[in-house]
Amino acid sequence: MNIKNFANGLFKENPVFVQLLGMCPTLAVTTSAINGLGMGMATTAVLTCANVAISILRKFIPDKIRIPAFIVVIASFVTIVGMLMEGYVPALFKALGLFIPLIVVNCVILARAEAFAFKNGVIDSLLDGLGMGLGFALALTILGSIRELLGAGSIFGISILGAAYKPALIMILPPGAFLALGLLLAGMNVAKAKKA
Amino acid sequence: METKLRVSSSPHIRSKDTVSNIMRDVVIALLPATLYGIYIFGMNAAFLVIASVAAAVATEAAIQKMKKQKVTVNDYSAVVTGLLVALNIPSTAPIWLPIIGSIFAIAIVKQVFGGLGHNFMNPALGARAMLMASWPVEMTNWVKPGADAISHPTPLGIIGEGLNVQLPSLADVLIGNVGGCIGETSAILLIAGGLYLMYRKVISYRIPAFYIGTVLVMTFLLNGFDLYMAVYNLFIGGLMLGAFFMATDYASSPINPKGQIVFAIGCGVLATIIRIYGGYPEGVSYSILLMNVAAPLIERYTQPRVFGGAK
Repeated sequence: MNIKNFANGLFKENPVFVQLLGMCPTLAVTTSAINGLGMGMATTAVLTCANVAISILRKFIPDKIRIPAFIVVIASFVTIVGMLMEGYVPALFKALGLFIPLIVVNCVILARAEAFAFKNGVIDSLLDGLGMGLGFALALTILGSIRELLGAGSIFGISILGAAYKPALIMILPPGAFLALGLLLAGMNVAKAKKA
Repeated sequence: METKLRVSSSPHIRSKDTVSNIMRDVVIALLPATLYGIYIFGMNAAFLVIASVAAAVATEAAIQKMKKQKVTVNDYSAVVTGLLVALNIPSTAPIWLPIIGSIFAIAIVKQVFGGLGHNFMNPALGARAMLMASWPVEMTNWVKPGADAISHPTPLGIIGEGLNVQLPSLADVLIGNVGGCIGETSAILLIAGGLYLMYRKVISYRIPAFYIGTVLVMTFLLNGFDLYMAVYNLFIGGLMLGAFFMATDYASSPINPKGQIVFAIGCGVLATIIRIYGGYPEGVSYSILLMNVAAPLIERYTQPRVFGGAK
């Protein structure tokens, strides 16, 4: 067991800001902070469960068909998470729509299964899944907050900039996702370059 | 003797053209239309123009300082961008609208991609598309010239949305006595500015001529063979401003003569299709943006044969 496996995913190897994985949900659902957080949490749940299950099964899964096997495991957990969300948070489920089933093809999850869970023990895989998932959720929440703040003047639905602020609609439209993520990554790279 | 004998590598013959000369000519060419826009739309238009230009110049200087580059704001290129942003918004816009537009044009569209000569699309048009997507209400709040803030549709709006309003006469749209963006209304003054640029060899005739020609032919063919309306369509909306001043941007249009013709015809086809079938009444800005993105590809397929090279 190594706590490093957990911390890695949060910052040093953040799936969105460093590895640039899972761009489809990152760009598509972060129209508000709550959508970003919801998507991040759903992905975290699937990622953690899938990592654990694949780590347990890693001795039984034949090498040649491991990718289809991973997909079956991941899809099962996505179905469970999707049904739970539909039951308990129907509004969020509706807002995220198609992107819930699409978690199946989120490359962060497949990448962690292939690169980590298939080669490591159960506890380490659990920590890795949690770390990567929370790192993903953190990134999506930050991106969602920025876009919601500029595009609607609020964060988590709480008005921040007041009624006089004329929201820049573009930020909650698709181009805004690219603008916000691009500038955020640029800013992070500048900060990193200064540190080094 | 030694000082007179200068040994240097080519080029040995230099032209007197500099970035600032060319950009100053563009500003001079735009001035009549700008002043006319201020004259018909009033003082608010003047404030918008000043704010826009100031914001563009300040952004350029600030970013070049930040990147520790030589500050080149006195080459007028930021002035041109700021001016074009202002000319592309309605006179009723709040003062922050052109400021945000100019900052976006310079910071995001121009400087992020490497500054002057490296922008992949026209900065002013990129800013216009951003403003249009962000604040559609503020960007389409047209007024009648002269009278105070009487809301009034543009000629394109009347045609596009089939409004039951009398279309202005051809003479009015030629002079520019109609609703619209600050700098787009007066077709005659924009054409005069464009001809001045051609005379000064800042732009070639190819892009404006083929762009406007294509729109004329396409509108004639698609709009029921009505020659009067086809000609009328040339002088309304932003076609003259776009064809002479924005499609001809050096960095974002092809340099090969053949490529320029393909580029201009593409602009004309897209603009007409958006005008007639699209959701927006005006398609000039999007047509140029789309062709800007296609310009590198056009360039690649229209490369002239090198003199003496294989056929």
